[in-house]
Amino acid sequence: MTWLHRYARLVCAATLLLITAGGMVTSTGSGLSVPDWPSTYGYFMFAFPLSKMVGGIFYEHGHRMIASAVGLLTIGLAVWLWRVEPRQWMKHLGVAALVAVTLQGVLGGITVLYFLPTPISVSHAGLAQVFFCLTIGLALFTSAGWRRSGALDTHEPVIRDSTLVTLATGLPALVYVQILIGATMRHTGAGLAIPDFPLAFGRLVPPQWSFAIAVHFLHRIGAVATALLILAIARHLLLHHSARRDLIRPAWALVLLVLTQIGLGGWTVLSERAPVINTAHVATGAMVLGTALVLGLRVNRHRFPDARQNEWRSHRAPRIATEPARPGAPI
Amino acid sequence: MQQRNLWTVLSLSLLVMAAAVACGGGGDSGGGAAPAATAPAAPAPAAFDPATAGNLTGMVMLDGELPAAEELMMSSDPVCVMNASNTMSSTFVGSNGHLGNVFVYVKEGLEGRSFPAASGTVVLDQQGCRYTPHVLGMRVGQTLEITNSDPTLHNIHATPTANDEFNMGQPIQGMRFEQSFDTAEVMVPFKCDVHGWMNAYIGVLDHPYFATTAEDGMFDINTLPPGDYVIEAWHEQLGTQTQNVTVTTGQTAEVSFTFSAP
Repeated sequence: MTWLHRYARLVCAATLLLITAGGMVTSTGSGLSVPDWPSTYGYFMFAFPLSKMVGGIFYEHGHRMIASAVGLLTIGLAVWLWRVEPRQWMKHLGVAALVAVTLQGVLGGITVLYFLPTPISVSHAGLAQVFFCLTIGLALFTSAGWRRSGALDTHEPVIRDSTLVTLATGLPALVYVQILIGATMRHTGAGLAIPDFPLAFGRLVPPQWSFAIAVHFLHRIGAVATALLILAIARHLLLHHSARRDLIRPAWALVLLVLTQIGLGGWTVLSERAPVINTAHVATGAMVLGTALVLGLRVNRHRFPDARQNEWRSHRAPRIATEPARPGAPI
Repeated sequence: MQQRNLWTVLSLSLLVMAAAVACGGGGDSGGGAAPAATAPAAPAPAAFDPATAGNLTGMVMLDGELPAAEELMMSSDPVCVMNASNTMSSTFVGSNGHLGNVFVYVKEGLEGRSFPAASGTVVLDQQGCRYTPHVLGMRVGQTLEITNSDPTLHNIHATPTANDEFNMGQPIQGMRFEQSFDTAEVMVPFKCDVHGWMNAYIGVLDHPYFATTAEDGMFDINTLPPGDYVIEAWHEQLGTQTQNVTVTTGQTAEVSFTFSAP
């Protein structure tokens, strides 16, 4: 394991912590407890006294401090990648992460200055997950396992399995849409629009409708769809690719996470949005997305440029090759 | 208009993203406010001779048992724990079936009249990590002075619907600032996002005929022009009730409201 990979994992973990802290800000209703930005009650952010971090300020200012740390870590990661990474697209990915975290900071500031407008707050939540995915990607792509995993004999069964490729590629997209629906529900105050669980007003389908109820119910439908897709992928992998531990492990993790997530979602409703439970739901949602992304990237390993440049070309598959290899042709 | 300004600022922010620290500007809504609550189409405002005035007195009662006041959990700020002399919620106050903290005002019957601008300042104080008073009234254009008497910091976050929202910080004991409202609105909620239990309500009116009931449920609204009125009583959890009443010169009309206990 290289130090760059360790560092990328640190950025990834710090981002999950940041998302969790952001979840606590919303769950405790502390988003406007610091009315100014980028200062904190007129103080330079890093000079704000710890003794004044009370009540909602603890969550909001704490979120800003963790965000600043993640921003600095991301600058470090982007610079490191730019200097040592031979893969050009990885340099660009590092820059993309830096742009994303900067934009995320600006969105956070706008939410404060304009009293949490829903479109901006939802964008802030959505971009947080995009940035988290970028850090997961960077951590994965810098791993030794990723670099080793380009050989055709490992990937050919997956490449042939268009069902798996389609499902595993669609899963992160579905989870992301589900998170956006959840963020909309959260930032429009629709979290308790359906007050019971697992039924809705005692029925399978709500007997009455409003925007809040529709968003809430859509989030529940999305949860069922996500869980079914994850179970289908896990079953498919067990039946057809049981030797691929690098795919089986995230699939099992996804099954565990999505069941936990549904339980937390129900608990959030039944506890009337207890902050800790509500935040655990946000954090677990991010982990579901991150794990789905890892699975999707591994299934699509053969599509990455570094696979083609290394082991991939030296193990060219007959099904993939469009013309026979010529002896002596440059690779 | 606020949305347009918001997106404009967002676009500009994206362009100057690298200089994000410089992005500020506050929540000026710029032109989104409704015009002042005057009556431009009315002929001449009806003159009112105070000698012809009558008075209104009344009582707000609660049918059923007064809910026990909830204890406010202030442990998230040790300063509040040390300084709070009252840690009970102000939502339900009263005794012997009488209900306090009810805002009573003339809702209809004063249309076309004008009144002298309000003099004096209304004070909303933050003391013991609670707002004092909890429910109050003021006039459109009148000065509201918000003070922080606590040795801890507060933010004052007003969330009106007809007026402009604002959110200000008062990190130092003794700080005060002034604010006013352009449009009549019943009620304007106030909250402190630092201390989630702190809230207050201000009724903003374009006339001076309003009152807040004391713990004995009583209220008085004096010097009303003679006429027929709709009186509304507002409670933060029990909602509103209205009564019709006729005020005659030199007489004191009586009106009472009875809310059902939750």
